[in-house]
Amino acid sequence: MTETAASPAPPAEAPERPGRLREFWFYFRENRGAVAGLWVFAGFAFLALFGPWIAPHDATEQFRDFALQPPVWQEGGSWTYVLGTDPLGRDMLSRLIEGARYSFFVGIVVVSVAASGGIFIGVLSGFAPKWVDTIIMRVMDIILAFPSLLLALVLVAILGPSLTNAMIAIAIVLQPHYVRLTRASVLSERQKDYVTSARVVGAGRLRLMFITVLPNCLAPIIVQAALSFSTAILDAAALGFLGMGAQPPTPEWGTMLAEAREFILRAWWVVTFPGLAILVTVLAINLMGDGLRDALDPKMKRS
Amino acid sequence: MLNYILGRLLTFVPTFIGVTLISFGFIRMLPGDPIIVMAGERGLTEERYAELSAQFGFDRPLPVQFWEYLTGVLQGDLGTSFVTKRPVWDEFFSLFPATLELSVCAMIFAVALGLPAGVIAAVNRGKFFDRALMSTALVGYSMPIFWWALLLIIVVSGTLQWTPVSGRIDLLYYFPNPTGFMLYDSLVSGQSGAFGSAVRHLVLPTIVLGTIPLAVIARQTRSAMLEVLSEDYIRTARAKGLNPSRINGIHALRNALIPVITVIGLSVGTLLAGAILTETIFSWPGIGKWMVDSIFRRDYPVVQGGLLLIAVMVMIVNLIVDMLYGVINPKIRKR
Repeated sequence: MTETAASPAPPAEAPERPGRLREFWFYFRENRGAVAGLWVFAGFAFLALFGPWIAPHDATEQFRDFALQPPVWQEGGSWTYVLGTDPLGRDMLSRLIEGARYSFFVGIVVVSVAASGGIFIGVLSGFAPKWVDTIIMRVMDIILAFPSLLLALVLVAILGPSLTNAMIAIAIVLQPHYVRLTRASVLSERQKDYVTSARVVGAGRLRLMFITVLPNCLAPIIVQAALSFSTAILDAAALGFLGMGAQPPTPEWGTMLAEAREFILRAWWVVTFPGLAILVTVLAINLMGDGLRDALDPKMKRS
Repeated sequence: MLNYILGRLLTFVPTFIGVTLISFGFIRMLPGDPIIVMAGERGLTEERYAELSAQFGFDRPLPVQFWEYLTGVLQGDLGTSFVTKRPVWDEFFSLFPATLELSVCAMIFAVALGLPAGVIAAVNRGKFFDRALMSTALVGYSMPIFWWALLLIIVVSGTLQWTPVSGRIDLLYYFPNPTGFMLYDSLVSGQSGAFGSAVRHLVLPTIVLGTIPLAVIARQTRSAMLEVLSEDYIRTARAKGLNPSRINGIHALRNALIPVITVIGLSVGTLLAGAILTETIFSWPGIGKWMVDSIFRRDYPVVQGGLLLIAVMVMIVNLIVDMLYGVINPKIRKR
């Protein structure tokens, strides 16, 4: 955020990919929280990809003789079950590691579906005739009038409780944000001279929409994608917690919390760790999102 | 100004119809025939099925059904609960005070802590206080509140034994509930200890529900304050030699409040969504718990009516916020 670094004219005229990336990294790196978030997120992604090979036990194997064993540092804990066991004798650590995979999957799928759908509709809305635009925006207003978790809950009730349906519901609920964001930036970009000149040169409508304009609208959308990654994880966990997401014995973090609820006053670890996992992951992603916003938003760079 | 209000009201109408259409559509998309679900295990003869189907109007064309539903809604008729056989409208408004009481307390909690936190952070920009407060706010913003609730129960109700785990008041106390606002009713009832009990029941749900709005308000206040503090008129005020706390507290905060008010208004949706989780965990007999229970009981008229009423409420609050915004900031009216 130094004054000198930002003062040379931004190299918008020669947008070479590596240059841009390097510029982005230059700003991103200055935000220590964001870099820490990136590291935690990398660890989370690593666990999601290689979890089953790292976990000490199978996530669903029940060690009946060792049910509700406390973590290793507490009286009665052992190194075999580092973070203790749940009421059915399943190893907490292994379940948490396995759970990373579900949350990561939820984030990726929900963000890709919501973003691609939302961007498409948003660009369409920005270029469409006024009446089409109005209809699209009204429909988005209608979706946004419902509290997101409630709408997701009812959608899952219709589709049937499962992780896939929870992901579909969350994607539908998150989509209007992308539509609005994309439309707003498309509308402001459309006014600019380079779009007019592209049109004069004879670029077709589709080319104008997706090749000329869209790449210049991506910065806020990328930030939104990072932030809705964490929303998706939180909402999926909340649905799991209410019994409307992943079903037991799936070691999804929210579902694990729901299963552990009745033991809260007896075995703190079965409740504490899954929630901590959610919090740390979401926090890391939000830190990263804040850093992304600061690095991608030219207004913030100069502040 | 009148034009602005009329314009906003005009966009309200199609959105309202759309929201009604969605909640109307849901009951027809839910798995299973509602009449068969309602009959339960007993089963139905074919005549009885046809009779019920005619009674609920399911045998008529969909547009006709929608029209009747819409006119019914406008007259306050949202159907009857399958389970309790009471009108959905009555059920909603008998439970609503509980949710309102909790939400208002949560909002007061969030504003009372969030505004000063944001101002302090902005004034100490980049220093220790700023970092500490904003890191805490980010943690709060990232908090899975259902877990936060469980943690608070473990520590405050379990280990410290300070607060009860669920409900609105101890079973010891009973009084007819004239307003539905437990704080008020318990105070008026004159029974000793009743008010204290109501307060103790309210503490944890308030904290849980208020956490995310608190974090959002703190972050928003900070960034709004930072923006205002760099304005010329603040420099002028400083140059005049005004007392810094007067500058921050009056000159800057007043203008920084505009975006903050919007955020507070828009938090209503967040509060209602949060109420679903909070009320379920603390067995708080409000709208959120009612909706979740009805979804599990497949009580379709309740799900349909509750969804509609909640959406309309969010829309009305957003409308009011928009109008207030127009009142505070004349620039917006012109658009």
